Amino acid sequence: MDYQKILADYVEMPGGLIEAFHAIQAELSYLPEEAIIQAAQVFGIPAAQAYGVATFYSMFSVKPRGKFVIRICESAPCHIAGAAKVVAALEKELGINMGGSTPDGLFTLEFTECVGQCQAAPVITINGKPYTDVSPEKISGILEPYRKNI
Amino acid sequence: MAEEMRLVLRNLGKIDPLKIDDYLAAGGFNSLKKALGMNKSDLIQEIKDSKLRGRGGAGFNCGSKWNFAAQAQADQKYVICNADEGEPGTYKDRLILENDPHALLEGMAICAHAIGASQGFIYCRGEYPAAAEILKEAIAQAKDKGVLGDFDVEVRLGAGAYVCGEETALIESIEGKPGEPRIKPPFPPVSGLWGKPTIVNNVETFVNIPLILEKGAAWYAAIGSPSYPGTKVLTLSGDVVHKTFFEVPTTTTVREVIYGLGGGLTAGKQLKAVQIGGTSGAFIPADQLDTAIGFDELSAIGAVLGSGAVFVLNESRDLADVTARIAKFFAHESCGKCTPCREGTARMSDILDKINNGQGKAADLALLSRLGRVMSCSSFCGLGQAAPSPLMSALKHFPADYEARLN
Repeated sequence: MDYQKILADYVEMPGGLIEAFHAIQAELSYLPEEAIIQAAQVFGIPAAQAYGVATFYSMFSVKPRGKFVIRICESAPCHIAGAAKVVAALEKELGINMGGSTPDGLFTLEFTECVGQCQAAPVITINGKPYTDVSPEKISGILEPYRKNI
Repeated sequence: MAEEMRLVLRNLGKIDPLKIDDYLAAGGFNSLKKALGMNKSDLIQEIKDSKLRGRGGAGFNCGSKWNFAAQAQADQKYVICNADEGEPGTYKDRLILENDPHALLEGMAICAHAIGASQGFIYCRGEYPAAAEILKEAIAQAKDKGVLGDFDVEVRLGAGAYVCGEETALIESIEGKPGEPRIKPPFPPVSGLWGKPTIVNNVETFVNIPLILEKGAAWYAAIGSPSYPGTKVLTLSGDVVHKTFFEVPTTTTVREVIYGLGGGLTAGKQLKAVQIGGTSGAFIPADQLDTAIGFDELSAIGAVLGSGAVFVLNESRDLADVTARIAKFFAHESCGKCTPCREGTARMSDILDKINNGQGKAADLALLSRLGRVMSCSSFCGLGQAAPSPLMSALKHFPADYEARLN
């Protein structure tokens, strides 16, 4: 992947490193080491500093992730609405544990804190798209279109 | 019977947020025109007279804050909208961003004129990609129409860090750095983004501004609680029938919100506790429900208005379980800059897990109380200072939930 092409769009933007990382993740689902090193060079900062940014924010990952990142909210409103059951159902459905990715590279399971959809807890997001009032029964239906890899 | 009063949410459901003509037809940008014709000090005085206080949680007088930035001498100043709504149980800013983005732009442009800024940023949390797209479209339309004049606004996306709701951490993040808070003073109105005078206001605060100019400071100051006038947008979650949002004058009581607008508790259960202001807020027991949803009224009972989240727990809920989850939240979200918060949030979470596993001793409860005091006194920023608050209030009002699990 040509990181330089993506980075070039943000280099003139003051403080644009975070926007650049978002753009790289939109393509790859994570921030490869080489992308972080090149970003540091382009923005004229030490690689350690760029790595510090990449690892500070919970939405960035320096480890490879699946094409679709499923995040399960575990904040208090989702917690009392049964988020733990949704976690168990997703782990079972995908055959992986929280933090893991499916061998086909399609899905990753992550925890998140509140995503601001508390009117209909529990909530999960898939690549940022919220699904509300989630129950174990609804899981396979929610995943269906992603499995077809649209 | 409490009734809604939609000021901040005045255009919700009435206009298409992606059509600037809808906003213009509803009188949009008239207040900006009025502001541009006003002397800057008169404009700031008008905001001061309205007694509008920040809706982000700190409750600082908005006009006074603007005045600091207006008086600062600099070649560049900035206006930032804090749309990093990370407080669990809260989605009021999302409602505004998704339904009335132009009202936010208008409020920011009025602020820019008042303090002498030409550049603005909207720091939108990464969890709201849809809202960010709406904002970008709204900005493009506003530029096309030329309604913002010389004022330029950019959207910056956060990346999942609760601490960035703290204004100096937010500024660090816009600068492309990890979101660690800065020492204060200097405060942002004196030295903020790239060291320049900067106003950081919450979404809800900015959206009040055009209305104050339209109807006048006296009109606004007469609504709700005299010390914190206006309305507050509340978001209800937990064991309440109507899990939705309401906008009410700040004299409305917690009881009216839960049992009137909220329809009471689900499954006919009794209320055990309600947490106002988000996950950093205090738990309020049933005998304090007649407190008004005002900043000072809630402070007086050791609670906070905060973000306006209303998290209702019924009699079957266990505060030891709920506060353990909340403690994990803070352990996860602590940025690690200062020791009381970094170590304190982690130890608080560990001790609560120990108690919930049936291995806690009475001494652990005393230790939690002491730890909470130390954290609230000595943490570097509001995150660590507020983190113990839910647990401290739960230990005070619901000690039995913890004692029942002791070994």
